[in-house]
Amino acid sequence: MTEQTPVLECRNLCISYYTRAGEIPAVVDFNLKLMPGEAHGIVGESGCGKSTVALAIMQYMGRNGAIVGGEILFEGRDMRTMSEEELRQIRGSKIAMVYQEPMASLNPAMTIGDQLAEVPIYHDGLSQSEALARAEEMLAKVRLPDPRRILRSYPHQISGGQQQRVVIAMALLSNPRLLLLDEPTTALDVTVEAGIVELINEISAEFGTSMIYISHNLGLILETCHRLTVMYSGEAVEVGDIEDVFDEMRHPYTRGLFGSIPLPGADKNAHPLMAIPGQLPLPHERPPGCNFGPRCSFFKGGLCDARALPMHPVPGDDDHRVRCERFAEIDWDRDLPKGEAKPPIKAGPVVLSVKDMTKHYAIETGGLLAMGGATRTVKANEKLTFSAREAETVAIVGESGCGKSTFAKVLMGLEDATDGQVLLGDTELGDLPVQKRTKDTIANLQMVFQNPFDTLNPSHTIGAQIGRVIRKFGVARSEEEVNEIVYRLLDTVKLPRDFAKRKPRQLSGGQKQRVGIARAFAGNPSVVIADEPVSALDVSVQAAVTELLMDIQRENRTTMLFISHDLSVVRYLADRIVVMYLGRIMEQGTTEEVFSPPYHPYTEALLAAVPIADTRVKKRHIVLKGEIPSPSNPPKGCPFSTRCPYMIPGTCDVELPPNRTFGQDHRILCHLQPSELEGMEPVISPRAEAAE
Amino acid sequence: MLKLILRRLLQMLLIMAVASLLLFAIFDTPEFKKRLAVQELGGFAVSALTEESYNAWLAEKGLDVPFHTRYLNWVGDILQGDMGFSYEKNRPVGPLLLDRLANTGILAFFVFALMIPLSLVLGILAGMKEGSVQDRTISFLSVFTTSIPEIATAILLTVVLSLGLGWLPAKAAMINGFSFRELLLPVLTLVIYDFGYVARMTRASMAEVMTSQYIRTAVLKGLPYRRVVMKHALRNALIAPFTLIVLQLNWLLSGVVVVEVFFEYDGFGKLLLEAALFPDVEVVQACTLVAVAVAVLSQIISDIGYTFLNPRIRFA
Amino acid sequence: MAVTEIEAGPSALERLSHPRALIALGLLMWLPLMSYVMGGSALGPAADYILLPAIPATLLLYVLGVRAFRESRVAVIGLTLVFFWLLAAVAAPYLPLLDPNKPIAPFVTPLSEKRDVFFWLGTDFKGRDMLSRMIWGCQRVIVWGVSATFVAYVVGALFGLISGYLSGWWDEIISFVANVLLSFPVMVLFIVILNYLGPSGFNIVVAVTFASAPAIMRIVRGLTLDIKTRDYVFAAQTRGEHPLYIMIVELLPNVRGPIIVDACLRLGYTTVAITTLTFLGLGLQPPDPDWGLMIRESAKTAMLWKFSYMLLVPALAVSSLILGFNLMADGLREMSLRD
Ligand SMILES: Nc1ncnc2c1ncn2[C@@H]1O[C@H](COP(=O)(O)OP(=O)(O)OP(=O)(O)O)[C@@H](O)[C@H]1O
Ligand code: SF4
Ligand code: SF4
Ligand SMILES: [Mg+2]
Repeated sequence: MTEQTPVLECRNLCISYYTRAGEIPAVVDFNLKLMPGEAHGIVGESGCGKSTVALAIMQYMGRNGAIVGGEILFEGRDMRTMSEEELRQIRGSKIAMVYQEPMASLNPAMTIGDQLAEVPIYHDGLSQSEALARAEEMLAKVRLPDPRRILRSYPHQISGGQQQRVVIAMALLSNPRLLLLDEPTTALDVTVEAGIVELINEISAEFGTSMIYISHNLGLILETCHRLTVMYSGEAVEVGDIEDVFDEMRHPYTRGLFGSIPLPGADKNAHPLMAIPGQLPLPHERPPGCNFGPRCSFFKGGLCDARALPMHPVPGDDDHRVRCERFAEIDWDRDLPKGEAKPPIKAGPVVLSVKDMTKHYAIETGGLLAMGGATRTVKANEKLTFSAREAETVAIVGESGCGKSTFAKVLMGLEDATDGQVLLGDTELGDLPVQKRTKDTIANLQMVFQNPFDTLNPSHTIGAQIGRVIRKFGVARSEEEVNEIVYRLLDTVKLPRDFAKRKPRQLSGGQKQRVGIARAFAGNPSVVIADEPVSALDVSVQAAVTELLMDIQRENRTTMLFISHDLSVVRYLADRIVVMYLGRIMEQGTTEEVFSPPYHPYTEALLAAVPIADTRVKKRHIVLKGEIPSPSNPPKGCPFSTRCPYMIPGTCDVELPPNRTFGQDHRILCHLQPSELEGMEPVISPRAEAAE
Repeated sequence: MLKLILRRLLQMLLIMAVASLLLFAIFDTPEFKKRLAVQELGGFAVSALTEESYNAWLAEKGLDVPFHTRYLNWVGDILQGDMGFSYEKNRPVGPLLLDRLANTGILAFFVFALMIPLSLVLGILAGMKEGSVQDRTISFLSVFTTSIPEIATAILLTVVLSLGLGWLPAKAAMINGFSFRELLLPVLTLVIYDFGYVARMTRASMAEVMTSQYIRTAVLKGLPYRRVVMKHALRNALIAPFTLIVLQLNWLLSGVVVVEVFFEYDGFGKLLLEAALFPDVEVVQACTLVAVAVAVLSQIISDIGYTFLNPRIRFA
Repeated sequence: MAVTEIEAGPSALERLSHPRALIALGLLMWLPLMSYVMGGSALGPAADYILLPAIPATLLLYVLGVRAFRESRVAVIGLTLVFFWLLAAVAAPYLPLLDPNKPIAPFVTPLSEKRDVFFWLGTDFKGRDMLSRMIWGCQRVIVWGVSATFVAYVVGALFGLISGYLSGWWDEIISFVANVLLSFPVMVLFIVILNYLGPSGFNIVVAVTFASAPAIMRIVRGLTLDIKTRDYVFAAQTRGEHPLYIMIVELLPNVRGPIIVDACLRLGYTTVAITTLTFLGLGLQPPDPDWGLMIRESAKTAMLWKFSYMLLVPALAVSSLILGFNLMADGLREMSLRD
């Protein structure tokens, strides 16, 4: 092993972008050594320089970027000294890349066949027909159905998951030595992601390709890589084998990261998440010395901020290095700090109850002039039935197209329900558009939105936007009273009062989301719908916002409907869970019930698909085939029948399954016998050696 | 896709119908009827007319029947090729218009023949390397030329090339039959004014494509730069300029008015203006209708072209 | 006066850069100019003084503008060109110029003397001073051009907001009307409308509105369609805000950016249109000086190298103003792309 030359070696790599604000050092002093067949993960939050590293390895820095120092050795040769032609011959043949957004990475005006064939034509000198034949073979290898048809298709004609498989096939066509994967699954649904991850693992096993896998998700890295680099604000802060970094981390940031993601043991009452305080520094506002200094609880003035920090090897393990001056002094065995335990909340009476709520959209295939054009119905929500109690958190879980947003729209009165009932207290909301609702009803039901960049109007100050809600709901009228309440709300969401005068662009994502929360709670709502409120935020900020949301909810005994696709978060904070698929509720019950057998087959697959960043648990391996069908054309019978591993032909694809009830309120929509359902094994179980 | 095109066609027909109705209504006020009478009988005669005899005149001309009947008659006549009569030129409008349109057609042909290659090449060169010297030079050149209105361009060209250097004739009246030399100044004026706009749009489109992720993919696939530009970028970058160029036909119909009047070239634009100033009502109507028809037609061509060029729509 | 303002230091300038102060300054410049040009003889003796306050306002606006645009050289050049003409427009009555309408000596070539008067730019065929005519000539183009663009914008933006935000039938109808109007080539539409209404400044405003508003409406509609899917609009809807409130408070401020760029370009088009129409005899009427009119009047007589200055002067004047607008638009776009 020691005899081998590394496939890739980065030495003291420094990369800068040149902008109007001057030189921005995007990556500083980056080192990496990748041996043949090895998979190396790079994990870090948005803007920490992961993509920059990948593109630098490709020597593709765009117009305003440049490698300002260090070396990149590919098979022992410095790529920085290569000519454009030499680089061209390496790109796509020896080093290939897979991108985050498959749709944008494929040329919309060329057939997939043409785009694939280019690789062997230009690198191996094959003829067009030979190249196409090779492309077809490769498409079959990445397990795309009907490769011949796909060769002739344009990118927009296939689904996102299929596009990503095409991009992977393109990367593999020349049997590269090194594969760079830049967040290859971030744009995909979890169950589709699981399929791609499985494919990637098989590739590395079959072809022996070395890989660099970039992700912000520690769980994914655990499932795919041997070694790991943790990056923070342009620097690698910790490098080591997966097990070392996961179980014996030696950098306060890594530790903070693990403390702020909900792992299976976390619990919102007994073991709340421990958020990393503060926020990521902007690249040109980095502190002197340790970049993590301002957020680090071990910070020691004069030491941590004295000089640019080098990487220190961790004694006893050459391959484990950290960029921390004090790592040797810190008592790492002391338990991770945990947040204060809080008493569990007692749920009150039912506040919101939904009965057989159905929402169908009619989409016309023509416009003004296509009269008589066929109309199709999209069944966005089918017979939703569930209820939520005071102070309870009900999570609605599902992948894209499952009808989460439609449900929120009906609830908020922007769409009429086609059928069924929605009762808030004793007000029927289903067919009451928002214009007809009373002020109290509206104030009682508020929403926190997903995208922090969209949630606030960029043209108005924070104070004006919160103030408007206060006036609108009649909480207060006079200027002073309103201001007073605005300030109080800002206090509640832990923002400084002078933010009232700021415009949204002066706030970070997490801060905007806090304002969004303040706005939602301005009218003392009894029910708050939170639509993926943290999924667009940086991991280290997510925990703080989640905790804040739950604290306010706890204080006001608000009912929260938490819409999410992330089962780990849901497991952490929900009291009850509703699992949706293609507009229907597949399973509902308490968190405990949903996370343990009996499972609905879809829940089971979903649980297995969610990557968990914990070496101590074992997951059963279930990968669903295919993709989520379109809601405008759902399968007959059980909506899940096209992908279900347990599918009973002749029954499941014909007849709508019955609701099977277990325990008090645990319902599963499935044809399988109760005994079969109960006989399922738990998906997540402690690993034998760690179980003690 | 066929449905899409059919829908567009239907929409366009509707637009034509409304536009013609509008046009007819505008020129159907009592005031304009009076103008008609003045044209035919002379101003003095009309002012001497009694109410009754004026009404009789209206009846004789068929101007007293209800509006919609007259409109339908008018449309019917036009569809049969009868576009009315020009009092000023003392000719039926149909052949007159055809003559002038042919002249303008010649002008437009040369304008497009020069402008399209010029603007596309410059636009692509500029957009290929955004921010480079060649980009900034071309961009500035195109802002500069589009900033000089046609009338000013015409003056500058005439003053320099004709009055100053004496290379080209100052007017394009074609008194001694068709002369390409006379046509040159009008063509140059229109090209100089128009190419900048198309070039800028082409540049924007190209620049956007060049920064797109699929171009990055193509480069990182190890394709030669030529192939990246020719095969991956151009195809996508030219979709927008194509539709734009077709729509320039509409723009050109505006531009020719000034140029033809300034250079005294007997084309459609000059005809329209003379008719408007005279005022020769039926000529104005016919000219406008033709202009709208051309505009609408170019819109359809542009739409169909767009759907053909863009696989995202073609195979939707 | 402007000098003392500048000496008051950056903090005063800072305060003046506030939107409200800018609007006030703009009005201080614009209203006198507009009433001077549109009011004409109705102003009586006040006409002699009304433009006085506009001069410092214009200078101050220019200084503020240069400060705001300092990042883009192109924008500053454009701004300078435009403000050169604005200043000329407001200061024309107080400049030591000859009467633009008084024939003195015909066919005097530039930079020569005749009857003890030195003519920088010569005189035209009627013997009127070209320099004076050029400077006075910008007033009407600027006032009518800006007014017409403004009205077109109000109309276009209003319909664009309604059509984009309310969708459905509103959208179908408004878009259809816009399509009908857009299918007339612009100049043809101008000719038809002005032929119908008769040539005058006010009618130019009407014609420009018909010709430009549909295009503006399309732009605003597109922006609205994009912005209305944002969560803050959704939030406003879920608090039961009235559509009018959403359009004006939530949407309008956010379509402002791209619209300002387009407005600069469109000011250029309108200037072209007015000059061209006047040249064609459908726009502003004699005797008051105007660039289009200057070209029209000398187009026949000046067809000699010796007299070509009669055409060149107005042609260059109008080109420089339009270039100013276009460069401003370019610079603004560049700046908006940067951050
Ligand atoms: N073309 C560019 N010009 C200027 N700055 C840039 C450019 N590209 C990236 N940056 C900056 O460089 C830093 C690193 O960016 P990079 O895209 O590598 O981060 P990342 O870790 O991949 O983030 P993400 O998780 O969002 O993909 C960021 O601060 C970013 O703002
Ligand atoms: S160097 Fe200091 S501030 Fe930085 S991580 Fe280590 S202890 Fe914290
Ligand atoms: S009903 Fe059939 S297809 Fe549906 S989940 Fe149950 S077993 Fe699977
Ligand atoms: Mg990235």
